[in-house]
Amino acid sequence: MQKTLKRYFPIFVLPTLLAFTFAFIVPFIMGVYLSFCNFRTITNAEFRGIGNYVKIFADRDFVNALWFTVKFTVFSILTINICSFALALALTRKIRGTNLFRTVFFMPNLIGGIILGYIWQQMINALLLKYETTLVANATFGFWGLVILMNWQMIGYMMIIYVAGLQNVSSELLEAAQIDGATGWQTLFKVKIPMVMPSITICLFLTLSNSFKLFDQNLALTAGAPSKRTAMLALDIFNTFYGRAGYEGVGQAKAVLFFLIVAVIALGQLVLTRRKEVEV
Amino acid sequence: MKKKLVNGLLCLGLAIALVTGCGRQDDNNGSTGGNTSQGDNVSSGEQSSTGNSAQGSGATGKTGSVYYLSFKPEIDAVWKRLAADYEKETGVPVKVVTAANNTYEQTLMSEIANKEAPTLFQINGPVGYQNWKDYCADLSHTRLYEWLFDKDMAVKGQDGGVYGIPYVVEGYGIIYNDAIMRKYFSLSGAKAASMDEINNFQKLKAVVEDMQSRKDELGIKGVFASTSLNPGDDWRWQTHLANIPISYEYQDKGITDTDKLDFTYGENFKNIFDLYLDNSCTARGLLGSKSTDDSMTEFALGQVAMVQNGNWAWGQIKDVEGNVVAAEDIKFLPIYTGMPGEENQGLCTGTENFFAINSKASPEDQAASIAFVEWLFSSEAGKKAVTEELGFIAPFSTFEENEKPTDPLAKEVLRYMEDDTKKAIPWNFTSFPSEQFKSDFGAALLEYASGSKSWDEVRELVKDRWAAEKNM
Amino acid sequence: MKKKAWGDLCLLLILCVLVVVFLAPIFFVVMNSFKGKLYISDAPLALVTPDTFAGLTNYRNGIQKTDFLTAFGCSLFVTVFSVLAILLFTSMTAYYLTRVKGKFTDVLYYIFVFSMIVPFQMVMFTMSKLANIFRLNNLPGMVVLYLGFGAGLSVFMFCGFIKSIPMEIEEAAMIDGCNPLQTFFGVVLPVLKPTAITVAILNAMWIWNDYLLPYLVIGLSTKYKTIPVAVQYLVGSYGSKDMGAMMALLVLSIIPIIVFYLVCQKYIIEGVVAGAVKG
Repeated sequence: MQKTLKRYFPIFVLPTLLAFTFAFIVPFIMGVYLSFCNFRTITNAEFRGIGNYVKIFADRDFVNALWFTVKFTVFSILTINICSFALALALTRKIRGTNLFRTVFFMPNLIGGIILGYIWQQMINALLLKYETTLVANATFGFWGLVILMNWQMIGYMMIIYVAGLQNVSSELLEAAQIDGATGWQTLFKVKIPMVMPSITICLFLTLSNSFKLFDQNLALTAGAPSKRTAMLALDIFNTFYGRAGYEGVGQAKAVLFFLIVAVIALGQLVLTRRKEVEV
Repeated sequence: MKKKLVNGLLCLGLAIALVTGCGRQDDNNGSTGGNTSQGDNVSSGEQSSTGNSAQGSGATGKTGSVYYLSFKPEIDAVWKRLAADYEKETGVPVKVVTAANNTYEQTLMSEIANKEAPTLFQINGPVGYQNWKDYCADLSHTRLYEWLFDKDMAVKGQDGGVYGIPYVVEGYGIIYNDAIMRKYFSLSGAKAASMDEINNFQKLKAVVEDMQSRKDELGIKGVFASTSLNPGDDWRWQTHLANIPISYEYQDKGITDTDKLDFTYGENFKNIFDLYLDNSCTARGLLGSKSTDDSMTEFALGQVAMVQNGNWAWGQIKDVEGNVVAAEDIKFLPIYTGMPGEENQGLCTGTENFFAINSKASPEDQAASIAFVEWLFSSEAGKKAVTEELGFIAPFSTFEENEKPTDPLAKEVLRYMEDDTKKAIPWNFTSFPSEQFKSDFGAALLEYASGSKSWDEVRELVKDRWAAEKNM
Repeated sequence: MKKKAWGDLCLLLILCVLVVVFLAPIFFVVMNSFKGKLYISDAPLALVTPDTFAGLTNYRNGIQKTDFLTAFGCSLFVTVFSVLAILLFTSMTAYYLTRVKGKFTDVLYYIFVFSMIVPFQMVMFTMSKLANIFRLNNLPGMVVLYLGFGAGLSVFMFCGFIKSIPMEIEEAAMIDGCNPLQTFFGVVLPVLKPTAITVAILNAMWIWNDYLLPYLVIGLSTKYKTIPVAVQYLVGSYGSKDMGAMMALLVLSIIPIIVFYLVCQKYIIEGVVAGAVKG
């Protein structure tokens, strides 16, 4: 069978492979190469060595953005996962209206980042109007604005993953715990949480990578204001690319660095999930 | 298996060959384009020599096409219509794209790297030329340059070539609503009797503060419109207002550019900026969400008496729904900042709009672009559109005495220009180090307005960022 | 038992409050979209009154200023055709990669998986310039780009599922004289349906909402703009900022998503869970 199928390579694989080559393979390889170059367009690059990478670390905007991104990621991972897990516990108690609640909580996840960003920009500015200030007046507002926005968007999503996990916890196990006289908290920490560890890992990494790579919401909500102090890494890379003539190479170098960080995170996830699977 | 591998490699190789092949072709295109940048003087011989590179857009013998990347969103519709008219008249396709506010450099940077790059774009002066010099064609042989009244206004390169030609002279100051001012002067105890008395900062301050305290009597929400500090909408302060103290500093030093700014007259900037902030219709803290458009709307609706802006703002005022300001009541006042001898100061007049032709575009496209702008500034239809719809004060000899814009603000700019007792302030902001400097400055002003930065910090930031950006 | 009933009631109340909090921003935008534009900045939190009611003016302005209908058409075209292309081509690719064992297919599979972790910023410049050189800066071109950039995740998910399908049926089909295409469309594809739905939903959500790719490839200089690009162009400091039009646009942008969600809710939720667990 393999042999006959092999002959169908042009039909089965070629279309995807061609598109993939144009959209990913070639841009990726060129991207890596260009990060060592000075260029205006992709056809007039001059090789410059590691100069671009050296410039990154002299750029206080990048360091700020990195720090802001890390801070934001930590806060949003914590808040999103705690809130969504709590909601998932509530929704697995078989109370009335569970479906309606699930529908509502999940909905924001479908709205695109740009639209979400502007909805919240208007909403927060309206709330701040009473205090005669605005979202861009203070970097702290921008930070919490982003955290709130991210919570609004992601809680429902994470919640349904936790719900799926909690529903898989066998009822015999819970009954056994009840018979043994375990309190609600004990059941939660000794039975439920260990049983949904796979879900927790998934959610942690989903929130981690989504928060870390955030761009659209950041652009729409504050676009980095004031003074780029609420710009995250992805936005900083975009600004470097298109903000100043002659810095395209530095932008590309930042992008490579960004990719490496994301790759390390993904690798961490892989290692962690593999280990979990072995244990189970 | 091996065969498949070969197949796959072939595909990859093909794709890469295509990419690099195109790259080489583009390079060719670029260098020949650069040599033959004399616009309509392109000879047919040169055309045939570049025939292979021009296969994408018009092949040999075909006319070129124009792609203009426009700068001002407020007149986008007029440009688009003009383009359509020109295309109807001559058959040459003209595409106009307008960059969103404050994203011109960003858009240009992305567009110029494209295959169908803008053939006609604009640079904002010598600093802009430095950024784009690889893309600016020499325009010294064009008729447009010949028509220019003041040849010194053009942007010239070190080789003496002309790389940017100004196409509009503009002026800015404080726009005021004369009806509200007359009402104020008629109140008892008014600090002045007519606008003529307001010719320095002290007087302006006294009048403005008195007006603010009697705003209910005057039926206004504040004297000044919102000092829009929404990022991207702060150019009226970080560029235009900042021009005044820096211009005075240049004058003192007898220079037109510097690597090290002392910001000697920073205090004067603060004078007028504080006056704007404290006597406004909007609380300081809320300015971060205000746009230029908001300010112009407030002015047009008669909610405020004054707003700092330039003559291009006429269109915005005019188009506001429910506009209550009569055209004859819209006047200009110079921006007084407390400089000695400012009684004779005029408006800030100059230009930051220089046409440049993309030297890497095909010779046909370059020629077509030059023909388009020459049509605009010399044909009857073109000139009519320029003066009446775009409202440009064009600096070209093709315009007769009676071919000048007639909107109230342009008339005011012309009045100040013709008044010998008033000394205009040049547009020195074309020497500001970079867009980055301006947006950093703007962000600092926003933080100053909302109370999270002190004035000393702003002043230090201006000096630091100036030096840093000049040395980039 | 009584204690539990009370607890549930409290919980129900808390959840109801949360529902209100979750819906508040949407309600806020909808409400303001019906106010006159000058009232929005003065009192954004006030309810609409007959005085401030502006009817459909904002909607008319918003639709005109951004050419919303064209944007909607573009978004729809790009999303529908990209998703179809992704479903068809990546499922075939995945089938091939799983069934044909060899170094080449292994390597290709890992390159596809690798592409999933590469952030878009890494290729945004080179990809948009290549798209320009190869004239992919139009709507059909966008479909090609989305097929290419979306291939990683989709191939990965299809592969995961195809691995679990026993080969006997396919072999039987082959013996009956089916060629691989007939086998794939007749036997394999029907079995792939659940995964196909997941892949379709994940990709549709991504493509419909994507901003940066359409902005860089077609948003700057062509007349085609997808909805997020059109919204950003109007709202993100384009010359005339019209708060009313902006609110109306935000509402208009949400409506299709909510309708789609309410109709296909079951599939969407299942799809995302499946996608998350596998991805």
